Amino acid sequence: MLEALLVMALGSVILGGALGYASVKFRVEGDPLVEKIDAILPQTQCGQCGFPGCKPYAEAIAKGEADINCCPPGGEDGIHKLADLLGREFKPLSGEHGVEKPKSTAVIDENVCIGCTLCIQACPVDAIVGAAKQMHTVVASQCTGCELCLAPCPVNCIDMVPIPETIDNWKWKYPVFAVQKAA
Amino acid sequence: MRPLFGFTGGVKPASHKTESNQGGIVVAPLPPVLTVPLRQNAGLASRPLVQAGDRVLKGQAIAGPGGSISVAIHAPTSGTVRGIETHPIPHPSGLLAPCVVIEADGEDRWIERTPVDPYALPVEELRTRLRDAGVVGLGGAAFPSFVKTQHGPTQRIETLILNGAECEPFITCDDLLMRTQAGQILDGAAVLAHIAGAQRIVVGIEDNKPEAVAAMTAAAQRAGLLVEVVAVPTRYPAGGEKQLIRVLTGIEVPFGKLPPDYGVQCFNVATAYATARALLHGEPMISRLVTVTGNVERPGNFEVRIGTPIADLLKLAEPKADTDRNLMGGPMMGFALPTLDAPVIKATNCILAGSKAMFPAPGPEMPCIRCGSCARACPMDLQPFEMYWFSRAKILGKAQEYHLFDCIECGCCTYVCPSRIPLVDYFRFAKSEIRAREKENEAADAARQRYEFRLEREEREKQEKAAKLAAKAAETKAKLAQAGDADDKKALIAAAVARAQEQKAEEKPGVE
Repeated sequence: MLEALLVMALGSVILGGALGYASVKFRVEGDPLVEKIDAILPQTQCGQCGFPGCKPYAEAIAKGEADINCCPPGGEDGIHKLADLLGREFKPLSGEHGVEKPKSTAVIDENVCIGCTLCIQACPVDAIVGAAKQMHTVVASQCTGCELCLAPCPVNCIDMVPIPETIDNWKWKYPVFAVQKAA
Repeated sequence: MRPLFGFTGGVKPASHKTESNQGGIVVAPLPPVLTVPLRQNAGLASRPLVQAGDRVLKGQAIAGPGGSISVAIHAPTSGTVRGIETHPIPHPSGLLAPCVVIEADGEDRWIERTPVDPYALPVEELRTRLRDAGVVGLGGAAFPSFVKTQHGPTQRIETLILNGAECEPFITCDDLLMRTQAGQILDGAAVLAHIAGAQRIVVGIEDNKPEAVAAMTAAAQRAGLLVEVVAVPTRYPAGGEKQLIRVLTGIEVPFGKLPPDYGVQCFNVATAYATARALLHGEPMISRLVTVTGNVERPGNFEVRIGTPIADLLKLAEPKADTDRNLMGGPMMGFALPTLDAPVIKATNCILAGSKAMFPAPGPEMPCIRCGSCARACPMDLQPFEMYWFSRAKILGKAQEYHLFDCIECGCCTYVCPSRIPLVDYFRFAKSEIRAREKENEAADAARQRYEFRLEREEREKQEKAAKLAAKAAETKAKLAQAGDADDKKALIAAAVARAQEQKAEEKPGVE
């Protein structure tokens, strides 16, 4: 009787210790769900969702404060992925946050630019180079197409130009065939 | 006799070789204008070295390597550079790409050629020369050859396999090259083996080319080289790199590994020939053999300068009136050329004219019945029907789990499918979609990093500003404190008050 009690007590002490150690040693920093959601979001940092960046939106989704259909750059594809991840129903993109557009980059008309640096301050990924009273230009490879530089520009010299299809980014199309009438 | 191994799957389509391999090699006339695309090799596009108005000589470099996996490009003839223009290139998209356009002067004058003794130079120097001579794999992928002669510290190259299988129907350019230039091919192969450090050379040729086997065997005996010429059974795609290695050596190169991990490396016979021209004769890669066949009156093989418009080349073979499509490559792996304005490039091995009578349109696509024919035909031991389901449903991750990227797009599955499903089209779609998404993810990661860095920087700047302000405030405080201690201040105030009262007192009597 006593032996059995001792064995059980010892067992519980060892297992409890192991669990306690594991909870300290393998402690998860931050919310892994936020990271997973953030990985799906397109990282344009455009704020169209109403949050100041992709990470805050991811946090809001994880807390259940925001819907999954507020990200126009992510598009339907992104919503599908979020729905899969979170086990929620797919919803079409909510119109109030904007519409899905072709991927574009900002282009500064360098003849019109007055060098006010407002766009540089607005760019969330530091993709615009220039200095006060000097011409500015967009580093196209870093531009996420967030459009945040458009509004601050006092002379409206920034245009969003869709990325053209080239040999490098060309993709094979999904096979489609003309439906023929049965003879 | 070397024991031969087999590979699973494969198909035996009608070979259609005799149409084009009966005559000799015809040298195509020099066109008045040549369009040389800057992107001709797998890897990075080349970087132009000339500008409009420059005079160039035949064989002069007009573009240098644009990166570590890239080679030079040379003027196919002497003339004047009209400019670097966007022009259609032979690509399934039909999109335009930058090309150097050269107006030929008709003199066809060579630049000074410097043949070298490859056995007297260090191998690094030879690799550089191969790169600067623009030598790429001529089997179809156009991968820079100098890269393939290198191997990592854990790899080795003992056996050099020379690929003369030419398994795709209709194409006979390698066949003709082996018949006519066997000696040069073997000289080039010996140089490649020397650069790669290989001890043995094995040539694999499909047994439907007895003339080529005989010519190569004779040349090997004449040269006294340790070369084994092996006739391999004719079965498509015996000329696939991994298939030929397996047939000749029994080595199966698994997913994620390269042939040098197993001591072998594979080069096309035409690549070996180009190596010989480049190093032993100092002639860079400016022309190649192209088979023009199919629905034409005079099929044959042509020695064509890179940059010749495909329309000009096709005219030499006199296409029949009912030709309605032209493929680059063979019927199994080739793609329809969107325009004949595109020039011949280093990867152009065959122009195949087709008509409705020759390649009747397949019937309508029917549902997959899971018969498994495609899995039995797949030379890579894949399960095309599974990959097809997932590619079709755009569940790309799953398709990848079934080793989509092992698919060599040989077309065997499409060929055998009783439901006439264009499986390879789905695989090509899925592959390019996955690659595009990977690129997008990389861009998103970069953007996230830059955004987080910006936030960090803003935070740091804010703190620095606050620290600066705090320091300044402390400084003024210190100054005040220096001016006097608290008692002095009180005394000052008291004195000021006293002065004011004095003034008041002085003023008051005056008023009264």
